[in-house]
Amino acid sequence: MALKAKQLKVGDQHTERLVEDLKRTQLVMYAGASGDYNPLHTDEVYTREAAGYPSVFAHGMLTMGMTGRMLTNYVGDGRLTKYGVRFTNQVWPGDTLDATATVDAIRHEGGQSFVDLSITTRNQNGVEVIKGNATARIDA
Amino acid sequence: MAEDRFPVEAGHILMFARAVGDENPIYADEAYAKTTEVGHVIAPPTFVQASAQFNPEYHLRIHQGQPWFGSGGKPSGLPEGTKPASTGSLHAEQHYEYHRNPKPGDVLTVTRMPGKTWQRESPRAGKLNFTETITEYRDQHGELVVTARSVGVRTERPVDQK
Repeated sequence: MALKAKQLKVGDQHTERLVEDLKRTQLVMYAGASGDYNPLHTDEVYTREAAGYPSVFAHGMLTMGMTGRMLTNYVGDGRLTKYGVRFTNQVWPGDTLDATATVDAIRHEGGQSFVDLSITTRNQNGVEVIKGNATARIDA
Repeated sequence: MAEDRFPVEAGHILMFARAVGDENPIYADEAYAKTTEVGHVIAPPTFVQASAQFNPEYHLRIHQGQPWFGSGGKPSGLPEGTKPASTGSLHAEQHYEYHRNPKPGDVLTVTRMPGKTWQRESPRAGKLNFTETITEYRDQHGELVVTARSVGVRTERPVDQK
């Protein structure tokens, strides 16, 4: 269901839990589907002993993909016109992530309504792992 | 500038949606998708990232006969004494602009163009070298489907977790 401009106001929020206790297998699934086989995400031996990280960690794009699910659940399927993020902290196996979209503006342009959203995804310690923005077409 | 051919396939969309934990039937079920506003199966918002599968030279995939930096008998498959270049490149930013929804059957042409480069000093990871790439995904009619802007960062040392 698409959002309606007349039912939205600046400051409205939508929050979803993206994942609870992120599993290494999910990282393997993402590697296989996306084609990004960087061993930093799936190869514990390489990542600890050669690269110097405490463990494998999630592809930034996995977190962006999961955050995208929160967005499309909120604005409706096929409604996004823009979606962009900065990866501000790494995501580790065992993390639990919550993503929030906040309405920044409701705009009308050329007979079409849009909502501008700011996005934040945080881990179980409240640390921001993604910070971004999105725009979606909405109904009047 | 590099160009690849990226066929958008239903099975690939299904796998990708599962990988990001999204079981929305719009990504998998044609009969359901026909009943929606969009009217057909679409790909999730970050799906075009999977065009890496169709980039013949993609560096984060094993190429037969070439050294691979992941572990085998040793922590890294690179020749003895070779350290992996810094910690490898990390993803700093990703931005998409959607012109229409990619759907199964599309054959996208992927054009990658170098963008800006810049440097910054980080207390957590030393010198940071940022590199921007602009990627255009055009359909079989030459129309833009998605425009992407990606920023990668090469760190001097692993990012301090404290």
